[in-house]
Amino acid sequence: MNAQLIATQVLNGLQLGILLFLMSAGLTLVFGIMNFVNLAHGSLYMMGAYLAAAMLGAFDSFLLALLLAVPATILIGLAVDRLVLAGLYSRDHLDQVLATFGLILVFNEIVRFAWGPAPVYINVPQVLSGTVDLFGFPYPAYRFAIIAVGLAAGLALYALINRTRVGMLIRAGAADAEMVGAMGVNIRLLNALIFGLGAGLAGLAGVMAGPILSVQPGMGEPVLVLTLVVIVTGGIGSIRGAFYGALLVGLIDTLGRAFLPAVFDALASKAFAQAAGPAVASMLIYLLMALVLAMRPHGLFPVRHA
Amino acid sequence: MSSTPYAKEALPRGTGAAAVAMAVRRAAPAAAVFLALCLVPVAAHLLGQPFWLGLVARIMILGLAAVGLNLVLGYGGMVSLGHAMYLGVGAYSVGILSAHGVDSGLVHMSVALAVGAAVALVVGLICLKTSGMAFIMITLAFAQMFYFLAISLKQYGGDDGLTIAQHSRVPGLSLGDPYQFYLLVLALLAAVCFLCHRLVGSRFGMALRGSRQNPRRMQALGFPILRYRLAAYVLSAMIVVVAGVLLANLARFASPSYMSWTLSGDLVLMCVLGGMATLLGPIVGAAAFVLLEEFLSSMPLELPPVLADLVRTHWLGFFGVFVVGVVLFARRGLYGAVATGGDADD
Repeated sequence: MNAQLIATQVLNGLQLGILLFLMSAGLTLVFGIMNFVNLAHGSLYMMGAYLAAAMLGAFDSFLLALLLAVPATILIGLAVDRLVLAGLYSRDHLDQVLATFGLILVFNEIVRFAWGPAPVYINVPQVLSGTVDLFGFPYPAYRFAIIAVGLAAGLALYALINRTRVGMLIRAGAADAEMVGAMGVNIRLLNALIFGLGAGLAGLAGVMAGPILSVQPGMGEPVLVLTLVVIVTGGIGSIRGAFYGALLVGLIDTLGRAFLPAVFDALASKAFAQAAGPAVASMLIYLLMALVLAMRPHGLFPVRHA
Repeated sequence: MSSTPYAKEALPRGTGAAAVAMAVRRAAPAAAVFLALCLVPVAAHLLGQPFWLGLVARIMILGLAAVGLNLVLGYGGMVSLGHAMYLGVGAYSVGILSAHGVDSGLVHMSVALAVGAAVALVVGLICLKTSGMAFIMITLAFAQMFYFLAISLKQYGGDDGLTIAQHSRVPGLSLGDPYQFYLLVLALLAAVCFLCHRLVGSRFGMALRGSRQNPRRMQALGFPILRYRLAAYVLSAMIVVVAGVLLANLARFASPSYMSWTLSGDLVLMCVLGGMATLLGPIVGAAAFVLLEEFLSSMPLELPPVLADLVRTHWLGFFGVFVVGVVLFARRGLYGAVATGGDADD
């Protein structure tokens, strides 16, 4: 185990964390402000990846694919919001869970119908196919680009929410949506905006993840579950919580999978390590979440409602 | 509704014919359902359709799990999206013990129940610290944790699941015989339903339902609602564990997919489909679920071949549309809409 291996794994963890942040930021806003459980968020991520693959096939430019797939995902998100979800805002969480659960099935089959059941592969764009030199060791340029794009999106989101009028309304909506509506703000428009924002971020995550994962039906669900872990750990409705939670989950999951079997190997017998290492590694983030919630039921960065 | 805590006492205790008629009316739906279930083996035998036994046994096992879930979901108001993990606990108890040569059904069941109760106690304690949205997600995450645990158990099949060499050995019964297995499942289902019926009407059940309708008031009245909820959660988990043991025996297989979160979602769907907080709703829901699944995936109707093929290959998508439709338009569930008096609680 050398320094380079550790550094590479830390960066991989960071990269997973950034992807999870893009997913969680949108979802946590929808949860926190609209009080809405949207399990179909993972499907938007999947749609982003598939649309990018389709655009890439048509235009042969990753940048163009990115620039087209994200708005297209936003449109899909807004259409679903208007057609199905709008009727569910006032319902209880159970109805929302079930309806969006049904939507996941629909989206998976639409994708399977349109692109077939086999995975679709997206090539890493030519410019980013090499490695970058980070303090003397090489790291894949594309993965580095994911970190950079994710951080840029995070900063833009921070600026949007903390420095603009719309952001102020979003924050006010999180505290008391009804009062914001009573003050004459078009709360439906605000909700659509938040939902679109979340869909866009999910689409962006899907596009960026496309080249490093296989794009296939059902690819949204594992990410969705990780995203839910992030949101609950970070504190529902908190962007800051989503950011730190995402990095924490990304790092712990990646480092655990990479190093825990070796650690077990050093501490216990080989047979035990081979059996327990991967098992514990895959459970690590859930244990983290259980630990956090056992001590702080509202997550690490609870949103304080006035 | 006639079964809210105070209404029951307030109703005049009728005597004579009226009371009998009322009792009959209340028991009629349950009697009809169980009578129909008793007639299935006879019909299957007479009509030479032994495959019905397996199908209906599957409906009853999933129905049993849904009845268990309904205890927390319907009566307790706790939306658990992770109950499939207890199906897995039951199935893997059978699978792992069988792999080590222990084939006694009584041992399987006791180990499964003990493990299930212990797990539910710990998981429940942590989950119940949260509520609302966080509860939904933490139950889901715990189920995922067990799902990944099962996948990483390479010595017990890992991803591929664990084939179980032979059925659990139960004294006086041979579970390999589909008729005997069917009757055992039916008997267990009836017993659990009776237990739930008594439980829901008891002081415990009233406190549980009260804590769903108004937790703050229950707390103010001095009820330790966390303890009631935890007890309900553990009990409900144990019922699902029983279903898991039966499921392992039906399929002679324990698979990580029994714990997948989609199955947890399916169980919730069965409760809602049939009617939450009704005794038999989950069973009706399970039947509707399984039959619709069979219907769509085999599409026996005379449709244009292209359309029929589309439904068969992409039946899950049509199923999804159906789910969304049920949530949007049929809010009380199938059984809930029929059972107007009786045990509907809302």
